[in-house]
Amino acid sequence: MVLRLNRRTFMAGTAAAATGAAGFPMPSIAQNAPMKVGVLTPKTGVLAAGGIHNEEGITTFLKERDYKVGGRKIELIIADTAGNPAGAKTKAVELVERDKVDMIMGPFAAFEHLAIVDYLAQNKIPTFGYAGAEDVTQRKANPFIVRTTSSAAQSYYPMADYAFKELKVKRAITMMDDFAFGYEQVGGFQRPFEELGGHVVKKLWAPLNTPDYTPYISQIEDCDVVAAGLTGSNPLKFVKQYKDLGLSMPLAGGLTFADDIITRSFGDEADGVYNAIPYSIDYDAPANKSFLASIRKYYGDNVPIGFYSAAYYVNGQILEAALQKTGGKSDDPEQFIKAVRSVELTDTPRGAISFDDQGNIVCNIFVRRVGKKNGKMENTIVKVYPKVSQFWTYDPKWFLAQPVYSRDYPPLKS
Amino acid sequence: MNQTLVLAVNSITLGGLLFLLSAGFSLIFGLMRIPNLTHGSLFMLGAYLGSTFVLTYGLDFWVAAVLSAVLVAVFGGLIERFLLRRLAGNSLAQVLVTLGLAFMIADVCLMVWTGDPITVPTPPGFAFAIRGPGFIVPAYRLAIILIAVVIAAALWLLLERTRLGAMIRAGVDDPDMARVVGIRVSRLFTVVFCLGAALAGFAGVMGAPILSVYPGLDFDMLPLALVVVILGGTGSLLGSLIGSFVIGFLYNYGQARLPELAYFVLFLPMVVMLLVRPQGLFGRHVP
Repeated sequence: MVLRLNRRTFMAGTAAAATGAAGFPMPSIAQNAPMKVGVLTPKTGVLAAGGIHNEEGITTFLKERDYKVGGRKIELIIADTAGNPAGAKTKAVELVERDKVDMIMGPFAAFEHLAIVDYLAQNKIPTFGYAGAEDVTQRKANPFIVRTTSSAAQSYYPMADYAFKELKVKRAITMMDDFAFGYEQVGGFQRPFEELGGHVVKKLWAPLNTPDYTPYISQIEDCDVVAAGLTGSNPLKFVKQYKDLGLSMPLAGGLTFADDIITRSFGDEADGVYNAIPYSIDYDAPANKSFLASIRKYYGDNVPIGFYSAAYYVNGQILEAALQKTGGKSDDPEQFIKAVRSVELTDTPRGAISFDDQGNIVCNIFVRRVGKKNGKMENTIVKVYPKVSQFWTYDPKWFLAQPVYSRDYPPLKS
Repeated sequence: MNQTLVLAVNSITLGGLLFLLSAGFSLIFGLMRIPNLTHGSLFMLGAYLGSTFVLTYGLDFWVAAVLSAVLVAVFGGLIERFLLRRLAGNSLAQVLVTLGLAFMIADVCLMVWTGDPITVPTPPGFAFAIRGPGFIVPAYRLAIILIAVVIAAALWLLLERTRLGAMIRAGVDDPDMARVVGIRVSRLFTVVFCLGAALAGFAGVMGAPILSVYPGLDFDMLPLALVVVILGGTGSLLGSLIGSFVIGFLYNYGQARLPELAYFVLFLPMVVMLLVRPQGLFGRHVP
């Protein structure tokens, strides 16, 4: 039989289908419908490692609870942004318009977030932001965002404090990737370091994909500490090349420099590297121990665990606390995000957390030192700075009146 | 530390690594007249394979390098024989295929080796530094220069003193005439592609103790190979050698003196060369 599809039959068929669909009443969206949580994360491309660990963190949390959180069933929808702004925008639109998510976690990188922040605000999508771009919770804050990780500079304030007071160094050179995250990290180091009496002598900026850091390392002299906040896999090359060229001044890193995952790949050259980060595997809290046991149960004993995984696990805890406050409801975005911002937890793998008025997390920052333990390079906590906010010890009003950290701000003092 | 001296020494050592990376690229570009955009991926694939041989199977570093080169060569041969040869005569399609393959190889490497970066330890015996007046250079980097020189000499012998080399040179100069004379140019393509792939894979393992192995290594290195070969001239060994050292110097001094213009400094000479003398310094023909 040949099926002839002309306009008449097409219209008739469509009319029949529409009538049939109308005849079946749709279930009303009730609180027993699952809550759709969209996750924007890079699963392909150069940032993929982080994206994979993000997913492991949140999936561990959900699996522990059989995907039922705060009385609601959770449907997790993971979207691969490929680590670029266009991908982030495409996937954000997909999640919001096709999948009709109730909230979004992510995206991973600052340039991805800046590409979609207005779109998400217009559509009133509560967002657990991940990227560190300062202004997202400072000068361009919007009520639908909380940042559950930390701002770019947040980890460097305690690092500068520790370097000056405990390592007793006074002259610093900064070595960063030449993009916004690098500029904001330097701001986080320079301000407190110079206020305490230190001096930033030189700022070195390398393109993000530099294969050989020798031209920069050769300019490091006349200082007693190097604040190096390189990202991705750059720390591996840098530390090796730094030590190969015979330099021995301590390295003070931020949250990307010696995260527990990348530390697994370091060789002996990383002994003595300091870094400050909102999570540490060796943090001796029951919530952390149980998180570690749990993620290893689902992903194997050898799964790399670090801030990428822990942050997303804590995202799950924040979601749970928020749903408990709203009685499981998520249909009113304004009410939901208010509940999220009022969450205060003490029992997380990161320790105590809460949110400030702009929606940025206030949390522990762990200063650690890399050393050899059981034949492998590992981090050991040397100091915990509690309740660190994105404003450090500065008055928020004063802080927000200053320009955002950039390549030339704060300026070098001659 | 005398910065100028350190940069000078590092320029030479970087030039050595760049030569290993770009020699294969130059040969393929010269003979087959296509920029092999898979070259960076073959470099990265070699590096990943080498890292597995050394770290998981405990093979000696140098054995691992040769083994990786062989495996990548075989892979290159398959690419040429079953993909590129079918598109003979259609250079654009061939270039696009190599680009597509580059992305595919990147994804497969991500699946197999995951996204976390891998360090390969400096081979035992070379993990020390040589100190000079005002500068210090890691011994392994000097070793790379030596290896580059040895490979350059071996390639020169191949091209200038063997029959195969004569056929390759003929194919580079004038493939149509070479065919007329009875040279099986399409078989040469396979040989040269395998050789180029082997060199890329070998270079990947050589570079691993310095660069580490990570997703994105392929596209970090490919532009450098391109710049070297455009500058030095396609199909010319001498061009690759000179080009590598020129780029080594430009890279080091450019990054140190003009960091905001780091890539500008590298690519401006390439653009100028294409405008003024498209065949490069020692190239046999216009790309």
